Amino acid sequence: MSGLTLNERQTGIAILIAVIATGIVMAAAGASRADVLEVHGYIVALVGLALLWLVLPGYFAPLPKNDRTASYYDDPTRAGVILAMIWAVLAMMVGDWVAWLLAYPQMTFDFAWASFGRLRPVHTTGVIFGFGGNALIATSFHVMQRTSRARLPDQLSPWFVLLGYNLFCVLAISGYLMGITQSKEYAEPEWYADIWLVIVWVTYLVLYLRTLMRRKEPHIYVANWYYMAFILVVAMLHIVNNLAVPVSLAGAKSYSLFSGVQDAMVQWWYGHNAVAFFLTAGFLGMMYYFLPKRAERPIFSYRMSIIGFWGITFFYMWAGSHHLHYTALPQWVQTLGMTFSVMLLVPSWIAAANALLTLNGAWDRVRDDATLRFMMMAAVFYGLSTFEGSFMAIRAVNSLSHYTDWTIGHVHAGAMGWVALITFGSIYALVPWLWKRERMYSPALVEAHFWLALAGTLIYVFAMWNSGILQGLMWRTYNDSGMLTYSFIETMEAMHPYYVARAIGGLCFLTGAVIGCYNIWMTIKPSSLASSTGDEAPLPSQLQPAE
Amino acid sequence: MAIGERDPHSGHLTTGHEWNGIKELNTPVPRAVWFFLILTVLFSIGWWILMPAWPLGKTYTKGLLERDERQLVNERLERERMKRSDWTSPILARSAQAILADPVLMNAVREDGARLFGDNCAACHGMSARGGMGFPDLTDNDWLWGGSADDIARTIDFGVNSSKSPYSHRSQMLAFGRDGILDNDAVIAVATYVRSLSDATSARGDSPQAVATGRTIFAENCTSCHGADAKGNRELGAPDLTDTTWLYGGDLQTVYTTINEGRQGEMPAWEMRLNPVERKILTVYVLNLGRHR
Repeated sequence: MSGLTLNERQTGIAILIAVIATGIVMAAAGASRADVLEVHGYIVALVGLALLWLVLPGYFAPLPKNDRTASYYDDPTRAGVILAMIWAVLAMMVGDWVAWLLAYPQMTFDFAWASFGRLRPVHTTGVIFGFGGNALIATSFHVMQRTSRARLPDQLSPWFVLLGYNLFCVLAISGYLMGITQSKEYAEPEWYADIWLVIVWVTYLVLYLRTLMRRKEPHIYVANWYYMAFILVVAMLHIVNNLAVPVSLAGAKSYSLFSGVQDAMVQWWYGHNAVAFFLTAGFLGMMYYFLPKRAERPIFSYRMSIIGFWGITFFYMWAGSHHLHYTALPQWVQTLGMTFSVMLLVPSWIAAANALLTLNGAWDRVRDDATLRFMMMAAVFYGLSTFEGSFMAIRAVNSLSHYTDWTIGHVHAGAMGWVALITFGSIYALVPWLWKRERMYSPALVEAHFWLALAGTLIYVFAMWNSGILQGLMWRTYNDSGMLTYSFIETMEAMHPYYVARAIGGLCFLTGAVIGCYNIWMTIKPSSLASSTGDEAPLPSQLQPAE
Repeated sequence: MAIGERDPHSGHLTTGHEWNGIKELNTPVPRAVWFFLILTVLFSIGWWILMPAWPLGKTYTKGLLERDERQLVNERLERERMKRSDWTSPILARSAQAILADPVLMNAVREDGARLFGDNCAACHGMSARGGMGFPDLTDNDWLWGGSADDIARTIDFGVNSSKSPYSHRSQMLAFGRDGILDNDAVIAVATYVRSLSDATSARGDSPQAVATGRTIFAENCTSCHGADAKGNRELGAPDLTDTTWLYGGDLQTVYTTINEGRQGEMPAWEMRLNPVERKILTVYVLNLGRHR
C-alpha cells in the first residue's frame, strides 16, 4: 500500500468494495436457485474482504516520494514469485496424489471431491495457471521494466492483474472440487470465472503496452516479443473457446456456443495454442532474459531469434488439429495439422539451439552453477519435447500414441523438463536480485533441487514412455483368429508398475520444489544476508525521450 | 546507434543493441537450419499434393492419391471380417456341444472368450469368473437361472432385471422386514432357520425354538419362490438355500440383511451391446468354465 499514490489507494479500495459487492450478489443469486454459485459468491466476497483488511491500515501510510519513478516497481514481482512457489507445491502435491491414485484407486477415500475427475483439473490448473501463470506474470513485470528501462506506468494495475489472476485460479480450483466444470480441457472454469479473467487479462495487456510505450530503449528485446505474443494470443484463445451461454445468470452451468466436431476443433485450437503461447512463448520470454543474464553471454544469434519467433507464432496456430487425428474431423484438416506440426519442429529447435549456443563460452559456469544448469537443462528438454511433439503429430505415429500414457509422458517432459526447470532457474536468479541479497541462502540446496527435479522428470518420462508404448501395442495386438488379444483390464494391470514409478518420480520433483521454497524463504526473510547491489544500474532520474 | 562490437569468444559481431546488459550477436543463421526448414516445407507441400489438404469453399483438394481413409478403413474391416468367417460361421451355425467338441473352434473360443469376458463381464464377475458379493461364481456349476447352453445364452442376451430388455429375467426378493411383512423377531427367526439348512454346526448352537418358529414363517412366506424344500427355483432365479453357495453371504448378519431389505441383482442385457458371434463365444466360454470343475 505504501507504494501507491493516494488516488491509487482510493481506486484500489473502490475496486475491492466492488469485488465484495459482486461476491454478495453472486451468493444471493446462487442461493435463490440453491446453486453452487452461492459458494463461489462467498469465496469472492471473502477474498475481497481479506484484501481490504490487509490494505486498509496502509491507507494513512506516508505517500510515496516523487522520485519513485527513478526506480523499478518490484513489489508485485516479489509477491508473484512467492505465489508461484506456493501454487507449485500445492499443485504438484495434488499431482502426485493423483499419480498414486491411478496406481491405487482406493486413494479417493470415497470422497466425491477427491475423485480423479475433480483432482486432475486441480493439478493441471494449479500447475499451468497457478504456478506457471504467476511465474510468467511476475517475471514479465521484471523483464519488461529492465529491457524497456522504464518503470511500470502505475502502481495499481500490476496488483490488480496479479491478485485478480489468483482469484481466477482460486475460483477455478474450488469449482472443480465442487464439480463445476465446462468439460473443456485446460478451460474448465465456468462463464463467470472466464469473464473475470478477460477483465484481468485485458488489464495485463494494456499494462504491458503502456510500459512498452514508455520504453527508453530504441528496440524491443526478444523476451518482450514472446511475452507480448503470450498475452495477446492467450486473450484471443480464451475468449473464443469460452464463448458460452449460461443457463441462468444465477447459476454456474453454461453451454458452449460450439457443438460436435466444431467444438472439438475450437477446443484443440485453444488447447494446443495454450501449450504454444502459454507454456512455450511465455517461458521462452523468460528464457531469453534470464539465461543470457545469468550466463553473462550475448544471445547467440539475433537472426535466429527472429526466425524462431515468427516460425513458432505462425506454425503453431495451425497445429491444433493433430489432437484429433482419426476422429470425425475431416481428413484434410488433419493433414494440415500434421504438416504444420512437422514444419514447426525447425523454428522450435532454432529457439532451443539459440539458447544452448548462447552458453558457448560459459559452459564452465553451467558446470558450477545449478541455477544456470536449470536453464540449460530446460532448453534441452524444450528441444526434446518439441521433437517428440512433431513426431507424435505424424498420423501414423499418432495411431499408436494417441490416448495412451505416451501423451502424458510427452506433456510432462514439457511441463516438468521445460516449463518448471526454466521457471526454477529464473526464480533462483531473480530472488537474490529482487530482495537485494548476494546470493541464494544455500547454493547446495539449489544443487539438490536440480538433481531431484532432473531425476524426477526422467523417472516420470521414462515410466510413461514405457507404459504408453506398451499400452498402445497391447491395444492393437491381434491373435491368430484375427481378434484383439488383450482385454482392457489386462492393459491396466500391465501399466501398474509404471504408474508406481511415475508417482515416485513425481515425489522427487515435489520434494525438490519444497526444498526450493525453504531455500527461497531463508533467502528473503528479513534477517538474512543483505547486499546493496541489485542486478542493474539505477534508472535515469529524468525521463528521456526514446533514443 | 553504436556499431556492434566483436565478441571475443565467438568472433562474431554484436548487433549493437543492449538491454540491461544483454547483448545479441549478429551470427548468421547456420546453413543446416535453412536446409531443414526448406526440407520440412517441401515435405509438407508434397504431402498436400498427395493427400486431402486445403479447403476450397464447400469442398477441398482431394490429393493425387485420392486416399479416402474412411473408405479404406471400411474396406479393411470388411476384409478382416471375411477372413474371420472361417471360424465365426461355424461358431454361429453349430450347437454349443459341437463347438466344445471341436479343438480348433475351442481354441478361438478360449482366446477370444477370455478377452471378451475381461472387457465385458469381469467388472462384476471378476477376471477369474469367480464372482463376488452379489455377483455369482460362474465356475462352480451352481446356476441361478440354469446352466444349459440355452439357459446361459438367454441370460447373456437379455440379462437379469434389465430395464433395457422386455425378455429379461425378472427376480425380486422382497424386503420382508423393511416393508413390514414380517416383524423383526420373525426376520431373525427366519434367518436362523435358513442358516440351519446348510450349516448343521451353527444350527446346534441356535435355539431350537427359533429354528422351529423360523420354519413355520418360512413355510408361509418363502416357499412360493424358494420351494418347500428350500432348494430354490431356476424359473424365478431363486437360489437354493440348502447348499453352501451364497450370493450375498451366509453369515447370520448377512442373511438377516437379505431378508430384512430384500435383494434385486441386475445383469445388463448384452443383446444390444455385443454381436451374435461374440455372444455365442461368451456362452460357450462360460459353459466351458464350469465343465472343468
